[in-house]
Amino acid sequence: MSLDLLPETLDQETAEAVNIDRSIGDFTFPERNKFDAGRGLSEKTIDYICDVKNDPQWVREFRHRALKVFRDKPMPTNWATEDLNNINFDEIRYYLSDGEKPKRSWDDVPADVLETFERLGIPQQERAFLAGVEAQFDSEAAYSNVKEELTKQGVIFVNSTEGLKEHEEIFRPWFGKVIPTGDNKFSALNSAVFSGGSFIYIPKGVKLKQPLQAYFRINSESFGQFERTLIIADEGAEVMYMEGCTAPKFETATLHSAVVELVALKGAKIQYVTVQNWSSNVFNLVTKRGLAMEDAEVRWIDCNIGSRLTMKYPGVVMKGRRARGEVISIALANTGQHQDTGAKMIHAADETTSNVVSKSISVGTGRSTYRGQVHIPKHLKGCKNNTECDALLINTKSRTDTYPAITVKGNQHATQHEASVSQVSQEMLFYMMQRGISEGAAMSLAVNGFINDLVREFPMEYSVELKRLIDLEMEGSVG
Amino acid sequence: MSLIIENLHATLEDGTPILNGVNLEIPAGEVHAIMGPNGSGKSTLSKVISGHESYVVTAGSVTLDGVDLLELDIDQRSRAGVFLAFQYPAEVPGVSNANFIRAALQARLPKGQDIDAVAYYKNLYAKMDLLEMDRKFTARSVNEGFSGGEKKRNEILQMLMLEPKYGILDETDSGLDIDALKIVAKGVNAMRSPDRGFLLITHYQRLLDYIAPDYVHVMSAGQIVRSGGPELALELEKNGYDFLKELSPA
Repeated sequence: MSLDLLPETLDQETAEAVNIDRSIGDFTFPERNKFDAGRGLSEKTIDYICDVKNDPQWVREFRHRALKVFRDKPMPTNWATEDLNNINFDEIRYYLSDGEKPKRSWDDVPADVLETFERLGIPQQERAFLAGVEAQFDSEAAYSNVKEELTKQGVIFVNSTEGLKEHEEIFRPWFGKVIPTGDNKFSALNSAVFSGGSFIYIPKGVKLKQPLQAYFRINSESFGQFERTLIIADEGAEVMYMEGCTAPKFETATLHSAVVELVALKGAKIQYVTVQNWSSNVFNLVTKRGLAMEDAEVRWIDCNIGSRLTMKYPGVVMKGRRARGEVISIALANTGQHQDTGAKMIHAADETTSNVVSKSISVGTGRSTYRGQVHIPKHLKGCKNNTECDALLINTKSRTDTYPAITVKGNQHATQHEASVSQVSQEMLFYMMQRGISEGAAMSLAVNGFINDLVREFPMEYSVELKRLIDLEMEGSVG
Repeated sequence: MSLIIENLHATLEDGTPILNGVNLEIPAGEVHAIMGPNGSGKSTLSKVISGHESYVVTAGSVTLDGVDLLELDIDQRSRAGVFLAFQYPAEVPGVSNANFIRAALQARLPKGQDIDAVAYYKNLYAKMDLLEMDRKFTARSVNEGFSGGEKKRNEILQMLMLEPKYGILDETDSGLDIDALKIVAKGVNAMRSPDRGFLLITHYQRLLDYIAPDYVHVMSAGQIVRSGGPELALELEKNGYDFLKELSPA
């Protein structure tokens, strides 16, 4: 049997469990928030969040400092889109929760929240192929559990609030170190009001065979979700983490602004897989960076579908010798959407290797932007970078821009950069349709062909759904 | 059962006339060949029948078993039973041949019904064996990096898999060496049946040595100007198209 048939043979339950069809995410339940920080952002908002979460003093101070940084930093419209000015920070609700602690069993999760995650297939996925799950509903995790044998091995998988309180000795030394508060305006905003997200610690030498997964769900209108994730893989440890996100389609814009920090100590491996499927009015402004020590590896595998504007440039700081960093990303910008994505590779030790493969698809008036940064300083030896970015345009109105910035000093390094722009041509469509394939299916086939080599990098359960999601997007975009 | 082309006129989008009243009937079971010099409209005829959007039909009709093909979209015409083996097949990067052909077969099934993968591969391998194609071919992207001969063989393979009512071969013989030509002809001959018709578009008699036509037509300036039996092709091979000058109205 040929390999290219394999993904189709997923069993029905698994296939249904990883459904990421956006229409399936388009529902909401009435709010019953016990804690609501109200609209707008001030010192009082910060204190409210600290009080509700019972934050330790150092966190309260951290948040207040971050608020100042957020206010001082201008909106980066000198290089980024003016659409950022349409975010109304005074209208956003920064914290919403029902006051419940995350449950260890789905049986204890409130009925409406349980139904939400069941409709999104999360408990089913957990049974099918996951080592642990965290499910966040607006500001707080509703459910968080990890398989018992992993707990026995010392694996920690909790939300960030629990992480900073119960595991301060591991959490605090790394928190805000990979991505400092002042990295950018939105990392500062997240640092001021963060809530939820995962804290993960994998002890020395522990290699997780199954992935951990977090699911971020926005239920309330005008809400801002600011989860904060910190993953630490101790020496020789290995972990794959997957995140999924959806929100219902509200009348007003929603803001999602996460900060994700990864720390891979000597010889550790972290793979971070994102399948983002936001509704078309979400501003998705996310800062993600990993630190890779000696012989460690950090891989970002990122798929951005949906949202009004996504700005996301996952990065790897290769701080130890022979560290490796990789960003593999797929972005699909449909009509009315702007996917502004890319990668940052900071080489900070000898013989470090980075690889960036980015593919974007622009449909209708959709716009894709690639921004890449590769930095190799003069004093290093034997560093390598490979960057490939390919864009596919579907119909003449779509737009794509590439802004690569490769700073390589010294002459003992190897870098290569390739970029291409292609179109689904009339002749290609005619050929496929002459075989009886409908226009929508032909477009899907062309798009799936374009990203085929990258889809293989996703876990199989996700690659099948990715293909289906693209089919849905493409069918909606023709005729 | 028949493919009937009546008084077919077609122009380019800018109004330049290409087909100027083509009349042709191909009953099921027959093989017709169209020959003619470059620019006579042979390839255009195949594209207009298939629904290529670069051409505008200004008059006439094309019917397949009574169904008006001109009313149908490109993919509907294919599913109605028209297959075009392209002179220059397009490349579809990243889509494997096996998945492409399967998508085409899947498009012919009612919603909710899926191709049986095991039976599909069995059938595909049998047809590939007939055309002496390497098994590795299934995993290669459609036409990407294929030699001219491989592309043509791939067209015939798709035709064998899709089993159309009518196969139109647009200069399938051009660029083929004699061994490849024999293999392609073997594929076409394996498909000949009382239920299926063929239209072969070619410059050369050579193809007709291996796929024997029932009728041969000569096209010039967008019309069929002469029709006859297989002997007409031999005559053209010998004397060329000079006689057309005498026929031309100018």
